[in-house]
Amino acid sequence: MPAAKAKRPPRVVLLVGTRKGAFVFRANPSRTRWRAEGPHRFGEIVNHVVLDPRDRRTLLCAARAGHLGPTIFRSTDLGATWQEAASPPAFRKAPDGVAGLAVGYTMALVPGSASEPGVWYAGTSPPGLFRSEDGGSTWRGVDGWNENPLRAIWCPPEDQTPDGAMLHSILIDPRDPTHMYVGCSGGGSFESLDAGASWQPLNQGVEAPASPDPFPEYGQDPHCMALHPLRPDRLYQQNHCGIYRLDRPATRWERIGKRMPAEIGDIGFPIVLHPRDPDTVWVFPMDGTTVWPRVSPGGKPAVYRSRDAGKSWERQARGLPRAHGWYTVKRQSFSADGCAPLGLYFGTTGGELWMSANQGSSWKRIAEHLPHVLSVVAATLDG
Amino acid sequence: MRVGIPSPLRSYTSGLDEVQASGATLAGLLADLDERFPGIRFRMIDEQGRVREHIRLFVNAELARDLERELSDRDHVQILCAISGG
Repeated sequence: MPAAKAKRPPRVVLLVGTRKGAFVFRANPSRTRWRAEGPHRFGEIVNHVVLDPRDRRTLLCAARAGHLGPTIFRSTDLGATWQEAASPPAFRKAPDGVAGLAVGYTMALVPGSASEPGVWYAGTSPPGLFRSEDGGSTWRGVDGWNENPLRAIWCPPEDQTPDGAMLHSILIDPRDPTHMYVGCSGGGSFESLDAGASWQPLNQGVEAPASPDPFPEYGQDPHCMALHPLRPDRLYQQNHCGIYRLDRPATRWERIGKRMPAEIGDIGFPIVLHPRDPDTVWVFPMDGTTVWPRVSPGGKPAVYRSRDAGKSWERQARGLPRAHGWYTVKRQSFSADGCAPLGLYFGTTGGELWMSANQGSSWKRIAEHLPHVLSVVAATLDG
Repeated sequence: MRVGIPSPLRSYTSGLDEVQASGATLAGLLADLDERFPGIRFRMIDEQGRVREHIRLFVNAELARDLERELSDRDHVQILCAISGG
């Protein structure tokens, strides 16, 4: 009897969205060599490329061109061919005489719960929430959000964050797909217990920028929110005003970024969780002083890690430029692969792609000279 | 009638820079174009029926801003993309 074939380890693939198209980087089994494919959708502004973890074959890509409106492309062969969504995210037509909203771009593509195959959510600018039930081909607005009269008060579409107000974070409770959170820049974080039919602000303890009341009910500016898959009552957010943690059922966020070194501060875009350790989290600080340069403080890029849920932080910069690294990492451009040992990846506004195979202790550059990186998603394929 | 297609939209027309379409108005023409080349209309016209910021529609070399503008089969419609990007 032939010996049973050993199961191959999963292979990591990085899905990289940039200002000029999408790239796919495939790793060898030891993640020491990478092969670049692309650009896909060359010349289009690709905000997000995501692999469906439920079938490991469907890719969705959120794209727009400088001249053209936004759309979604689908691929079921890892980018060899693409099909456009039959009806991309679009707000409902407003009554005559009313200036209705139009999707400027889709920022985030989020697969639904494992119990709902084919379901995806999309977050847009202006802040809209959309759902697909057919693997991303047709999309409908989540009326409880898009048509909610409070939405325009919570998240004014005219809010002028640099890339326009957007809904960028969509978190689904793995225990119950009707329990959701969204994060809007600017507007804050919001919770739904009924699959998006109704929403409540969830911003206590979070400072708001440009507000006479520093702690209003809404109007905050989360940059990136995350929920821990093994402890879904634990939320983190990297906000315009610091790094926060919330352990439900509490409703008051704690600013865990106050324990970051004062000279670094706790401003940044992304936040990444260790998928097997709810206490371990990584951030990529940027300069949020004076006129908000939005580059690494002092031109010295560094990741910071906490292994105690934000009680303390350690700098992880080995391998990164020691000086003149004038870039940052956008909110969707830092990712973990879920392998053991965990791999971490980030892409920079300067077009570089970096990885760590030792949980941030040292970093190695995978690619340079890419366009401005807008998203990095680490996924695994069957070996 | 003849419709000129700019390069950013030729992925919808198999690379053709000019196609045939019909319609009694610009709105009707765009609907017919979308029937022939699915998805092309939404890249030019948003969900509220507004021409997107960087799209220009010309009828016989005259800028047309009203999608209800009437057309005849002899008209030539040119779609252009205004300068944008970076």
